[in-house]
Amino acid sequence: MAVSTSSVITLNINGEKHTLPVDHRTTLLDALRERLDMTGTKKGCDQGQCGACTVLLDGRRAVSCLQLAVAAENREITTIEGVAEGDRLHPVQQAFLDLDGYQCGYCTPGQICSAIGVIEEHAAGWPSAVTGDVRPEAGPPELTAEEIRERMSGNLCRCGAYVAIVDAVARAAGTAAGPAGTEEAAA
Amino acid sequence: MREFDYQRAHDVAGAVALLGAALDTRYLGGGTNLVDLMKTGVERPARLVDIRELPLDLVESTPEGGLRIGATVTNGDLAAHPEVRRRYPALAQAVLAGASGQLRNMATVGGNLLQRTRCGYFTDVTRPCNKRVPGSGCPAIAGDHHNHAILGASEHCVATHPSDMAVALSAFDAVVRYETGAGGGELPLRDFYLPVGDTPHLETALPRGALITGVTLPPLPIAGHSRYRKVRERASYAFAIGSAAAALDVHDGVVRDARLAFGAVASRPWRATAAERVLTGAPATPETFAAAADAELAAARPLEHNAYKVTLLRNLTVAVLTELAEEAAR
Repeated sequence: MAVSTSSVITLNINGEKHTLPVDHRTTLLDALRERLDMTGTKKGCDQGQCGACTVLLDGRRAVSCLQLAVAAENREITTIEGVAEGDRLHPVQQAFLDLDGYQCGYCTPGQICSAIGVIEEHAAGWPSAVTGDVRPEAGPPELTAEEIRERMSGNLCRCGAYVAIVDAVARAAGTAAGPAGTEEAAA
Repeated sequence: MREFDYQRAHDVAGAVALLGAALDTRYLGGGTNLVDLMKTGVERPARLVDIRELPLDLVESTPEGGLRIGATVTNGDLAAHPEVRRRYPALAQAVLAGASGQLRNMATVGGNLLQRTRCGYFTDVTRPCNKRVPGSGCPAIAGDHHNHAILGASEHCVATHPSDMAVALSAFDAVVRYETGAGGGELPLRDFYLPVGDTPHLETALPRGALITGVTLPPLPIAGHSRYRKVRERASYAFAIGSAAAALDVHDGVVRDARLAFGAVASRPWRATAAERVLTGAPATPETFAAAADAELAAARPLEHNAYKVTLLRNLTVAVLTELAEEAAR
């Protein structure tokens, strides 16, 4: 069998196909940023611990720093550049803007992609580690501030904008954020 | 990172043929542990065989009333599956207690079982480590070991297995299914991980080149009354410093049957059989639960900085069993 350390691959990113040669060691994160000039996805720790590089793979949130680009062929990849509809921001983007869900903004693309995933996982009835009763008979948990904090725990924010991030996710999900509230921050 | 060949497998036979008996070839599932270890040089494969597209991504009921879980089912899908949540709630809780949402969407069941320890000496290639370089020594024993093993360790290695999922699988008598070029086989999870002894680099009883194809859970009505509790150094997204998966069948205030396993205390998920023997037939009281924990932890051999785990596991056992007993009384 032929042994090769590089391949020509085709990635489906935000509905467009991109064909490029890659060294197999290239992560999806580096392919996006260094090869395709899609720098919206950020590199934080490069170890799967900070969530800055979060993208959606087949609609599910994932960290692109631990995803080899060559293994992302045949996947539908959505980055922060692809979540808006033309000039209309995604509701999660709009909520982060309206409620100041950031300070420096570096973790924000990952936060937003992760929040989009969180809202879809919750809508599908997925429980979390803080869900009291995981049995399906208990019904889907309410997306409280506690649930949002747990579900978003894979995204670190060194500026500490967590309070507003939780509010923004809650607003985008169309729920109340619980104790932190959303209305004052919006005023 | 060492350069490597990449092959995508389309069926199980093809995957095991691609791997063959080559020592420096690895199966690639979600990659959440393997790719990380390749970046740091702990793993240096010459070839990856990508198994993510194999048809092993289903959770199915068995005719006997158990579940067959495919090896490439993601942790996210496993924890969300209605039958897992209904029949084995502690398994769903254990999976949800691990890693982050992003990592759970990537990580697979087979890879979760085969993930490596997070011992800081193992992951740092500039340090000695008997698991990474046999015979090089274990700096953890006289060094940083506050989150290392208290049970079943040896003078050669005190690392813990980091999985939450495997703790629940252990409590529920799961069986690992695998395939090799010479045919398939099964390993009960209790025999899956090898004793540490003087060979900490040999971690599982899988034959060389074997591909995990899935995990089978037996029908286990008691698992419907189960719970996983995890103690960690922050509220979320951290490895356990101690955890327990428990199931309890209580009738008229007496324990008829019990399942108990500990996490973050040994090189493998630790099935607490001595505790289970104390529990069975005894009154469902905190005193019984404490006696059960003591029976299991009598074998603990903590190091200078992790003796707290003995107390932690004792309290955790009493707490989780008390919760289950109160639930049963309602």
